[in-house]
Amino acid sequence: MNELIFFFNNVVVAGVVLGSIYAVGAIGVTLIFGILRFAHFAHGDMMTMGAFIAFLLAMAATALGITTPIVPTGFLVLPVAMILAAFIALGLDKGFYAPLRKRGARPVTMLIASIGVTLIIQGAIRLFFGSGTYSFFQTEQKQLIRIPVPLEGVTRTINFTQPQLLMVLCTAVAVLALHFFLTRSRLGKAMRAMADNADLAQVSGINTKLVVRVTWIIAGSLAAMAGTMLALDVNLKPDLAFNIVLPIFAAAIVGGLGQSYGAIAGGFLIGFAETLAIFNWSVLLRPIAGALPFELPATLAVVPTEYKLTVAFVILVVVLLWRPTGIFKGASS
Amino acid sequence: MALLDIKDVVGGYGGAPILNGVNLAIEQSDIGVIVGPNGAGKSTTLKAIFGLLKVSEGSISFQGDEIQNSLPDKLVPRGLSFVPQEKNVFTSMSVEENLEMGAFTRSDDFRPTMEWVYEMFPVLREKRRQPAGELSGGQRQMVAMGRALMSQPKLLLLDEPSAGLSPRYVIEIFEQIVKVNKAGVAILMVEQNARQALAFASRGFVLATGKNRFTGTGQELIADPEVAKSFLGG
Amino acid sequence: MIARRSLLMFAGLFVLFTIIGLFLGAANISLLLVQSFAYALIALGLNIQWGYGGLFNFGIMGMLMLGGAAVTFISYPVNAQFWGSEGPLMLGKALMAFLAGFLLVWAARHADRIGIKGRWKTFVTIIAWIVAYIVYRSQIDPAAAYIETAGGGWVGGLGLHPVLGWLFGGVLAAGVAYVVGKICLGLRTDYLAIATIGISEIIRALLKNMDWLTRGTLTVSPISWPTPIPQDLQAQGVSISDSFIYARLGFLGLVIVILAVAFFLVQRAYGGPWGRMMRAIRDNHIAAGSMGKNVTRRQLEIFVLGSVLMGIGGAMLVSFQQIYDPGAYQPINHTFLIWVMVIVGGAGNNWGAVFGALLIYITWMISDPLSQWLFNNVSNWSTDMGWGAIPEIQSRASQMRVFVLGVVITIALRYAPRGLIPEVVKREA
Repeated sequence: MNELIFFFNNVVVAGVVLGSIYAVGAIGVTLIFGILRFAHFAHGDMMTMGAFIAFLLAMAATALGITTPIVPTGFLVLPVAMILAAFIALGLDKGFYAPLRKRGARPVTMLIASIGVTLIIQGAIRLFFGSGTYSFFQTEQKQLIRIPVPLEGVTRTINFTQPQLLMVLCTAVAVLALHFFLTRSRLGKAMRAMADNADLAQVSGINTKLVVRVTWIIAGSLAAMAGTMLALDVNLKPDLAFNIVLPIFAAAIVGGLGQSYGAIAGGFLIGFAETLAIFNWSVLLRPIAGALPFELPATLAVVPTEYKLTVAFVILVVVLLWRPTGIFKGASS
Repeated sequence: MALLDIKDVVGGYGGAPILNGVNLAIEQSDIGVIVGPNGAGKSTTLKAIFGLLKVSEGSISFQGDEIQNSLPDKLVPRGLSFVPQEKNVFTSMSVEENLEMGAFTRSDDFRPTMEWVYEMFPVLREKRRQPAGELSGGQRQMVAMGRALMSQPKLLLLDEPSAGLSPRYVIEIFEQIVKVNKAGVAILMVEQNARQALAFASRGFVLATGKNRFTGTGQELIADPEVAKSFLGG
Repeated sequence: MIARRSLLMFAGLFVLFTIIGLFLGAANISLLLVQSFAYALIALGLNIQWGYGGLFNFGIMGMLMLGGAAVTFISYPVNAQFWGSEGPLMLGKALMAFLAGFLLVWAARHADRIGIKGRWKTFVTIIAWIVAYIVYRSQIDPAAAYIETAGGGWVGGLGLHPVLGWLFGGVLAAGVAYVVGKICLGLRTDYLAIATIGISEIIRALLKNMDWLTRGTLTVSPISWPTPIPQDLQAQGVSISDSFIYARLGFLGLVIVILAVAFFLVQRAYGGPWGRMMRAIRDNHIAAGSMGKNVTRRQLEIFVLGSVLMGIGGAMLVSFQQIYDPGAYQPINHTFLIWVMVIVGGAGNNWGAVFGALLIYITWMISDPLSQWLFNNVSNWSTDMGWGAIPEIQSRASQMRVFVLGVVITIALRYAPRGLIPEVVKREA
């Protein structure tokens, strides 16, 4: 039983947390791909930037005394950070992508342009913040939540942190909000229409410029949310971004580019794939070690821990080669 | 003043012009049909009206205002609607959502209009929650037309509405078009099924190599031996 | 006209290098020159893949790492402790396991020959992959653990001449490129870009963590030069400062010779029927395919050829720096940088690629000292104003070049999308 709790903590809890972060990031990537038809490589850095904005706001809030014991300050300032990030995303499009789009640039040119934006954002962040590590929890404590399991002989508790709990709640809220937006509101439906058939959308009278702006607003704010969540869970570094970008792309591609629900599913899939791959299965098998025909090694994992991110890359490559349209049949060529 | 007036329009997609001086006029009560051989510039004329390509010379007026080279989403509020030949529905969205998208530019309650569309195409009411991509060719065409009608256009442009449809659906679609026209919407359509379409056209335009060749009522053109020989297959 | 423009460009470049050389000193400028020309070879490789073939290879870093690993393995002295231990035997068994697994998967993929088709075949293939993976891991894990502890730490090298290592770098890169190309080249352009980024990250993870093969983050040094190192010259009585200059110039000479040979061969091919066919495929591969040209084969050829140059270039860089550090490779420095070189220099034009490499590399390298100087001055000014100095100038200044690179990409895409020395499109009269 203890072993199952160990499994639960290390795979289920970790998978849900990681999956939420990936899912929220992947939604932004997939929306941009569905509506603007290019791979926005700078999304990872938009996440980092959002996290740093939240960090600055949190420091300011703490200095001004605006804190509560219920939630970490990082979450308190999250809505403001998201709004600011949305504005910045609009600015990025206006400054970097729209001019190329107007010239009819190919998707690959846009990808390279987004790499340029990645470098600019990363350089700017490092210029301002140096390359050190920051934490949202310098002045306050990260609350741990331990839930004891009321069964006999169980010594382990189900562990997670308060930020993790809030993270999952935030993700659920964001996903629900997005769902209602896309299925109930006229603008949301117009977004789906434009992703489905951009020419027909224009011919139907849909204000495509407005849809593009809304796309960036959503993508920017979700990126800020995902970045802040990650920083709250681990810590804040300027290269938070790059390690995350490929798993998020993997999630978006697995779910089918352009399909928001697919991105969510993809995010959790990749998250769980990572946690399952590095989990030490021998712990789970120890109770029945006697019944096994072979000797149980100390560690039995699909891949060693150092290769955690590699799992996402492998999934990315496999999906691209085997089924580029993803599970939910998104755009391909 | 004609509802739609096209005068000496020259235009194309950037290289050599496809339209070399097209003239055309439509009144509110008309069903206008454009026929001609491949490459004559039929679909191109429709696209020129709807701002989907560059008009370099000539003018296109709608209700007296010049509209050439406008952006498509500005034309829908003016009362124009366009149904492209291909990819003319949002395949991943339901029939009802497709219709809603047609009403995007409207700020008033569009449900009466939706009722009207469902009355006109009862099969759509049945399948309103189904994704448009799952419908048959003929049903899709109805969705496409329904979507275009949701903005309460004064003029409906149709690009080969009968293309790829089985003969039964061709007749049905033409009947629907006549019904729509009787309800007060002017029609201008391009058709390959020339003879069938001209049968109920109040104005017919035969184009060849981007220029007008023959103009008249549908019946006149069908009866004209020269037209029949060159363009209607005898 | 293009010829005159490119002459002017190169002249300007020469002036730039001279000015910088005066500031930095001959020893430093010769170091930068060697690295620039190595990058020029790599950029030439990318130009073949993208400029000629239209292939978006964003996995350049992987190729460079393979080249570096190759030259390390070939030219580093032999690790006698490894060869004297059980290590080679265990590695041999692991290799057998690898081959067995490979054959198993290959057989599964061709299972339709013996009647297993469709879903069953997919199922069988997946099982084959899993079994192959388990079998391989069962041999390699104990081998790796053994080598890293009792077997001499790592496999060591073969102690051969570095140029052999460079050639092996090209061969290794070609082999990996062949496999990657076979599976990836069918993807559309931006997917290919993402796939190659993913693959190069996988290569990086592997090379960084296989301590038994590359010593991973412990790094391997010193790696020998094909030409005399400064210390050799010093032993012959040359002064210390001069020795660095002459030694580096010697290395530079070798690099330029290799670059010139590659350049000449590529230019010849470009001008001939092979080059014309490649460009036809690049510009309209559907039409070319319908004309009977085997598009996929040609693309694979181009991909492999470009990778060979990248492998050699990567090997050269590692030899020159005398250290192999898998942890130091970063996509920014080793993939995106080269893309900027080719985009800014001029895709499809070999002179453009070389020009771009030299220009961008020197810009990249002087951004650091330049911005340090800038930061120092601003810091002094702000201290005078009472606001205190700017902390961590050192590390921040080195980040400036990342920022500058991003700006360069953006400006190049907006204002000179075809590059400074663009492709010369010959009009067939």
